[in-house]
Amino acid sequence: MTAQPTTSDTAPDPSAQGAALRVENVVKRFGALTALRDVSLRLDKGEVLGLIGDNGAGKSTLIKVICGYHRPDAGRIHVDGQEVVLRSVDHARSLGIDTVYQGLALINELSVFHNMFLNRELRFGPLLNNRAMRRLAREHLADMGVDIPDVGAEVAKLSGGQRQAVAVARAVYSDAKVLLLDEPLAAMGAKEGALILDLIRDLKARGDVSVIIIAHNYAQVLDVCDRVNLLQHGTITFDRRTADVTLEELTELVVAEYRNRRKPSLRTRSDDPDPGP
Amino acid sequence: MHETVREGAAGGAGVPPAGQEAAPSAVRGRRILSMLGRVGTVLVRWREASVLIVALGMAVYFRASNDVFLTPDNLRNIAQATAPAAIVAIGIVLLLVSGEIDLSVGVVAALAPFLMHYAVDLYGVPVVPALLLAFGISAGIGFCNGFIVTKLKVPSLVATLGSYYFLLGVLLTTSHAYPAQIPEQARGRIQTIFGAGDWASLTWCLTIVVIFHIVLTRTRWGLHTISVGGNPIGATEAGIRTDRIKIGNFMIASVLGALAGLLEAFRINSIDPNIGGGTALVFTAISAAVIGGTALAGGSGTVIGALLGALILAELQNGFNLIGISANPFQLILGGAILLSMIANQYLSRLRRTGGA
Ligand SMILES: Nc1ncnc2c1ncn2[C@@H]1O[C@H](COP(=O)(O)OP(=O)(O)OP(=O)(O)O)[C@@H](O)[C@H]1O
Ligand SMILES: [Mg+2]
Repeated sequence: MTAQPTTSDTAPDPSAQGAALRVENVVKRFGALTALRDVSLRLDKGEVLGLIGDNGAGKSTLIKVICGYHRPDAGRIHVDGQEVVLRSVDHARSLGIDTVYQGLALINELSVFHNMFLNRELRFGPLLNNRAMRRLAREHLADMGVDIPDVGAEVAKLSGGQRQAVAVARAVYSDAKVLLLDEPLAAMGAKEGALILDLIRDLKARGDVSVIIIAHNYAQVLDVCDRVNLLQHGTITFDRRTADVTLEELTELVVAEYRNRRKPSLRTRSDDPDPGP
Repeated sequence: MHETVREGAAGGAGVPPAGQEAAPSAVRGRRILSMLGRVGTVLVRWREASVLIVALGMAVYFRASNDVFLTPDNLRNIAQATAPAAIVAIGIVLLLVSGEIDLSVGVVAALAPFLMHYAVDLYGVPVVPALLLAFGISAGIGFCNGFIVTKLKVPSLVATLGSYYFLLGVLLTTSHAYPAQIPEQARGRIQTIFGAGDWASLTWCLTIVVIFHIVLTRTRWGLHTISVGGNPIGATEAGIRTDRIKIGNFMIASVLGALAGLLEAFRINSIDPNIGGGTALVFTAISAAVIGGTALAGGSGTVIGALLGALILAELQNGFNLIGISANPFQLILGGAILLSMIANQYLSRLRRTGGA
């Protein structure tokens, strides 16, 4: 594989058999705006894939297509080798896909433990089994090393990082096979960030969970990911193993694209297609 | 707690001698403060407490100004005024918590007894199926409201304003604005159970309060109702079918409206197009919900609070009647009560959020 701005795996790939998730030629439009032009990616079993790209590149949109929140306008999704049409978030969840959204999807008015079991509440009969949810929530957070004194407290009272930890814990302890993490480190302090990264390493060590993680900190991406994909203007333009790429290269790649875009305006000639360096 | 009160009372009885003053009074001051603090905590934590205190305080005040207020007969009057408002208010609470409102439930209340009447007297349907039909059609009206709001994206204030006028038109056209008799077949046991019995409407009301208090606080439906109102996008992202929750709550509100109307019709022994008084019943119910501590912003509300809110409004109306204040300044008091409780609600919920007390 090369660093050419083309998508990977167009030819049938033997390793595709082992892919936990394959996305092929996905298109997503919002009215006149095309957020995803043509996205293909592959996520192997047990792999941690870093997804990077500028603000507005379409990363969150891609995540939301994979988790069943958005219906793609075109393209196919394979989960565990089977082509699926994701009907809803619940449907994707039932296939083992779980998500930490950029917006976290926490309900301020509910307690920490109710949030951790949101939409998969434990019940006996028609009633909520609050005691069990409370206990499990406490266990999971302790297991993760997150310090939240009272799982009965409203989420509104938590700090930004604590909220993020709750959202991550919710996804991680859902027994998902594919975890989609949209900027799970954004509000994290150094310690809590390390905690999440360790958690991802633990998952990787278990080997049965595949992760796509969106992050803007490339050092962290290289640190924890097996492979990195760059999403630019609604398509994947770069796909490489993290072992074969350095932080400088990665940064240069993203910044170069930005410089290329700036050049025409610097030369005050707007519509000249830039041949590139 | 007990001890603190006794100490405070004993200390207050006599003036302490000058020499001993400083230490005990400081202790007493601290005790009183901590007691007030605890009362404050209860007020903040248990949100219905403040409304309950107002309801009780009002009962004490009206009892003091008029002996009749707490007689069994008058209590029954208050109960009969509370029940329909509270039943409608419970539906309103569910809707407000999920971020919506329904202005048409009052007309549904007036329409439901007519639906039963038409079915029995015009089409010869037996009473029980006719009642079920009335509830079914009311549920259908709720479904339409919910559909227009969630699928056609019309804000619920506007959508249900439209259905209010539409249903009012249906009601007045079909009834020619004339009252009708309770169908012969419905007289007797059914009429007694459905509102004519002395405490029938209150029994219905309390049963429904208990059920929906549990629904809102202890079931998945309640949790999702709160989620949909508190963070609509987040709830959708978590896979909650927000439309389904909202439509369901519109249907519940309509059916509760129908029940309130049927109870009223059987109680006053006449099917009157003026049941619910046009907008009066809805507005009373919304006021009750708001006084009870339900926020209009969505995401929080209480069924028990709505019951207490309806009780306060019934007490006010009844008490003023007894004292001899006319109905006109009543509106003034009502307006003041709503504004005050909204302000208190804002303040208390801010305290609650910042973890005050
Ligand atoms: N629901 C929506 N409706 C309309 N446009 C949308 C919607 N969601 C995203 N977009 C648009 O799609 C584009 C991609 O957005 P997206 O959120 O996927 O970016 P991103 O790569 O996640 O950016 P960031 O790093 O800032 O999170 C943006 O131009 C955005 O305005
Ligand atoms: Mg994003």
